[in-house]
Amino acid sequence: MIIFKNVSKRYSDGYVALNNIDFTVESGEMVFLTGHSGAGKSTLLKLIAAIERPTSGTITLSGQNIAQLKLGAIPYLRRKIGFIFQDHKLLFDRNVFDNVLLPLQISNFDSKTVAGRVRAALDKVGLLKKEKAMPIALSGGERQRLCIARAVVHRPSILIADEPTGNLDIEYAQDIMSMFTSFNQVGVTVLIATHDASLLKDVEHRILSLNQGKLAV
Amino acid sequence: MIRAWLMQHGFVFFLTLKRLIATPVTSLLSVIVMGIALSLPTGVYVLMENLSAISGQTMSSPQMSLFLKLDIKKEDIESVKQRMEEDSQILSIQFISKDAALHQLQQSNGLADISASLERNPLPDAFIVHTLENTPENLEQLRVAMQSWPEIEHVQFDSAWAERLNALLKLGRFIVLMLTTLLSVAIIAIMFNTIRLQILTKRDEIEISKLIGATDSFIRRPFLYFGAIQGLTGGAAAWLIMTLAIHALNEELGTLAQLYDFDLQLQQLSPSDSISLLLFSAWLGWLGARISVASHLWQIEPR
Repeated sequence: MIIFKNVSKRYSDGYVALNNIDFTVESGEMVFLTGHSGAGKSTLLKLIAAIERPTSGTITLSGQNIAQLKLGAIPYLRRKIGFIFQDHKLLFDRNVFDNVLLPLQISNFDSKTVAGRVRAALDKVGLLKKEKAMPIALSGGERQRLCIARAVVHRPSILIADEPTGNLDIEYAQDIMSMFTSFNQVGVTVLIATHDASLLKDVEHRILSLNQGKLAV
Repeated sequence: MIRAWLMQHGFVFFLTLKRLIATPVTSLLSVIVMGIALSLPTGVYVLMENLSAISGQTMSSPQMSLFLKLDIKKEDIESVKQRMEEDSQILSIQFISKDAALHQLQQSNGLADISASLERNPLPDAFIVHTLENTPENLEQLRVAMQSWPEIEHVQFDSAWAERLNALLKLGRFIVLMLTTLLSVAIIAIMFNTIRLQILTKRDEIEISKLIGATDSFIRRPFLYFGAIQGLTGGAAAWLIMTLAIHALNEELGTLAQLYDFDLQLQQLSPSDSISLLLFSAWLGWLGARISVASHLWQIEPR
């Protein structure tokens, strides 16, 4: 469960990215976050993973106040979350398999089970046959799926995606959307930020709409 | 859990080795620089160890000369001899009578004429004493004790040279300490810079690792391993340089020793000194890396 209470974020240059945000995402819910670029979608997602800290207000994630989290506790918070970054943040010096392996290495998984987990994640996104490929050799859609595999390999309870279908064809985009739906169906809380209106046309999930740092009702 | 932790460390260890081998020229140059830097204080240390070993050898049975009073009686000589034989500090004694001493003097070149012109023997009876004691303080005590015997005119023992040698050794050890300190700082600085460059080239990896939940110690680990391994290889290089240098020096010394008819061989570093050298250099590398990581990693915060 994610709870935002009176959350504001003002950058040091005075720009107000988020203004008094209040909302709740229930466990196991799938929620879309929409708004034009610059509306504060990315900032809001980054607050959940403590990549940015709020100027005021409280953010609660499974009972923990993230706004007050100590620096040393942040890594353990991030391990509960699968984050799909807008700019992918893939490592180009290692192959597909090793990119997906990274979260497991970070959280000290037993090496006996890691290879199986990595392959399971790659299988879910349809990249199993490309595990030895380098990210540079992948298409845009494949890179996006690699990001998803990396985000889910450690089986987080929350999945956050920032513009996961940006620059993708409509077929690819729908493909990726159905992946998120299937993760949600096994109980993962999913939060997706997108400005792509066509993607939201016939979704039955809740949509939060951001406009100039405020939530539209 | 412990198994996973061990696997993690093993993994980082081999990853670091791979990184070192991936840039062979850079790694080799760093190792050579560290090796030469470390071999300087190590070399002076080896010389000091050898010098103190040699001084220990010559000091192991120091020699004193006991000159008896000129008018001493035969039985008094016997009693002095007996007293010394009972003394546990004395290893052996050798009596040189005044006649034997004069005879020796007459044998010497250039002095024969002078000694022939003497009306009577001016030389005293004497003992040459070898002692078990070898520290300057104890020898001095022994000298004072024997000087107080009534039959003794004069005890001669030149402790000054031993003191000089000791002072020289002390100076040498100070030089070793100074060189070690200076070059340690240099090695830490080299490692600091090496790790700084590595952190810059690994910026993306560090940022992404932080984003997906890596702790600081996880991110630090490969750099610390790198520092320690590089330090260790630097120490091994220094050891190799020293071993080869001593070997080469001993060959040269061998020729010299033959010409001058004495036996002088430099001893190699002892096993415990070798291990100390390796551990110390590994620690230096680790420390340089640790300082570098502490002052650079915080600058990489994901946005």
